[in-house]
Amino acid sequence: MKIEPNKQQMPGVTPPPENKEKKDEMKQEENYQVATQWQLIWWKFKKHKAAMIAGPLLLLLIFIAILSPFISPTTPGERWSDYRYAPPQKIHFYDSDGGFSFRPFVYDMEQVTDPQTFRRTFEPDTSERHYIQFFTRGETYSFYGLFETNIHLFGLEDSSVPLFLMGSDQLGRDVFTRALYASRVSLSFGFVGIIFTLIIGLVLGGISGYIGGRIDTAIQRLIDLILCIPTIPLWMALAASLPRDWSSIQMYLGMVLIFSAIGWTELARVIRGKVLSLREEDFIMAARLSGATNSRIIGKHLLPGFASYIIVSVTITIPTVILGETALSFLGLGLQPPVVSWGVLLQSAQSFESLAHHPWLLWPAAFVVYAVLMFNFLGDGIRDAADPYK
Amino acid sequence: MLLKFIGYRLLQLIPLLFVVSILVFFVIQLPPGDFITTYVSELENAGIAVSESHIQHLRDRYGLDQPFFVQYASWVQNIIFHGDLGRSFNWAAPVSEVISGRIGITMLIASLTLLFTWAVALPIGIFSAVRQYSVFDYIFTFIGFIGLAIPNFLIALIILFAVFTTTGVSLTGLFSPEFIGEPWSFAKFLDMLPRLWLPVVVVGTASTAALIRVTRAMLLDELQKQYVITARAKGVSEKKLLFKYPVRVAINPLISTIGWTLPTIIGGEIIVSIVLNLPTTGPMLLRALEFQDMYLAGGFLLIISVLTVIGTLISDILLAWLDPRIRFGGVEE
Repeated sequence: MKIEPNKQQMPGVTPPPENKEKKDEMKQEENYQVATQWQLIWWKFKKHKAAMIAGPLLLLLIFIAILSPFISPTTPGERWSDYRYAPPQKIHFYDSDGGFSFRPFVYDMEQVTDPQTFRRTFEPDTSERHYIQFFTRGETYSFYGLFETNIHLFGLEDSSVPLFLMGSDQLGRDVFTRALYASRVSLSFGFVGIIFTLIIGLVLGGISGYIGGRIDTAIQRLIDLILCIPTIPLWMALAASLPRDWSSIQMYLGMVLIFSAIGWTELARVIRGKVLSLREEDFIMAARLSGATNSRIIGKHLLPGFASYIIVSVTITIPTVILGETALSFLGLGLQPPVVSWGVLLQSAQSFESLAHHPWLLWPAAFVVYAVLMFNFLGDGIRDAADPYK
Repeated sequence: MLLKFIGYRLLQLIPLLFVVSILVFFVIQLPPGDFITTYVSELENAGIAVSESHIQHLRDRYGLDQPFFVQYASWVQNIIFHGDLGRSFNWAAPVSEVISGRIGITMLIASLTLLFTWAVALPIGIFSAVRQYSVFDYIFTFIGFIGLAIPNFLIALIILFAVFTTTGVSLTGLFSPEFIGEPWSFAKFLDMLPRLWLPVVVVGTASTAALIRVTRAMLLDELQKQYVITARAKGVSEKKLLFKYPVRVAINPLISTIGWTLPTIIGGEIIVSIVLNLPTTGPMLLRALEFQDMYLAGGFLLIISVLTVIGTLISDILLAWLDPRIRFGGVEE
């Protein structure tokens, strides 16, 4: 403790600012000493600006994905047969005569055929404005089986005119709606995938580290084995061998299991390493001497010790699962239509000739990049904060 | 000492390869029904009647009615003694023939990608660590994050699309039309070179981004160590201070990660080749899987697994040769 030289101030004289700063510093020091581990982690995490921005942005995407049936202006299966490969509509505030409208509006589109190339394109029909309204009535959908409704967050009053914020695909379905529904599938795939991966990794990594000996060696060899087979071809081979007559749900779970069965190794390694180092700590020995059971030692003393590392691994693994699912579905080996995931949607953008004419089919890719980027930033922040005593 | 180390590692390889081959054979057997069923139904779809005796003959030939391990044993026997990986139905040719025509280009692209990754990631990683929190560091951290977030196949698509819309040139394929189907010649090789950069750069993005992060983190750790501070205090020049030891330690992961970088690169190459329509193993694997041509798919899986195992072995030997602490068993990973 430092002795403050100018502690005794003349009454009525305000202390110089540096004194106040020192007091703050001391207060912080004191807080630091009494703070819990999770508080320390949070304080350190707060300093990572990218992660602090990425967290809310990621939550926003998850929120949108959960509410996708309500937020999207139509349903993913709805076809507008007169609007195949329609480009995204421009949202206007001014019309062609310069008339201003506070409420944004779009124009209906008309198909025209180029007399020379016979290529069909769309021209906006500027005769009538179609205003974008909140809480419009459109296609009926079932909200997670809870209730049925036809109210959408936004849309056009006249339901015979489509609203294509990101264009339409080869069957005239709204790319924006499909991308939102796909977010639900792709993100949940990441989360469900990580749960299975976590279970396998925790059990095998924990056993490996805690029991040690021959079981440890066996599990380590198993990890070596899985690591030496290139992941992507193995994913492809396993995904291709799923029976083709499976239902969407079975396919989804089968894919999740494939990813978990291959992806648990990294997590198991982290957990084993942590268990190994913690096992030798004095407080574990003390617990054992006082007669604590194995399950109590694991649950009460070991798990809290590496919980933060598990969170780090989880945040880093989720985006790789999402990327893997996207890649496999893109190749047609993963989830199959009518299930929509980002990868399934990108299938229609597979050839660049198709892209050259319909570049808006790449929109789902923006969702993938957004999600993975946010997860990576978040994971980076959590990794820096995971060990706050450094 | 080094020889003993190599010998020990070689011995370890045998059980590993054994289990890998069982796993691969398991994958071959996975699809419901066997390939003869697929084959017969395809022939029947094409209007060719298949006699029952012919089917039985095929089943006997491939031992399909035998239990798993008997089939496995004959499969392995054929591989070891005859180099015969089975027959591809889709290509109507031996598996080894189909793969050998394509795996060369896959390995060429993979090794070029590895070199590209090192050549780009090392200087950037070192510079980012030395100038930590500089504008340069932030820019490359950001680019690195983007590189990790965009799937390979998407980068390939976007570049193809951009080049096609701006210049009208299609970069798909590995050769100009006049060379497709031609035997290998020097002219064909020269024709290939300018088209090779695209897959190399695209496949390399993610691993480059990852390697920049690793090199930077390793070097930052190393630069804080006592011996660096001591050396600086003694007046050793900054350049020597950096390259004499810290960089050498920091590039260790470069070599130790070949083991998992190579499979990642090959995996990335497979997907990118499908998008770019390259005559490599990628489109072959996809087609084999679509038609459940499992001997081809399994044979390929086995070959790249063996190559990966050998790659890991070489990287371990290199590492032991570079770093005496590992050779003498002083450092536990």
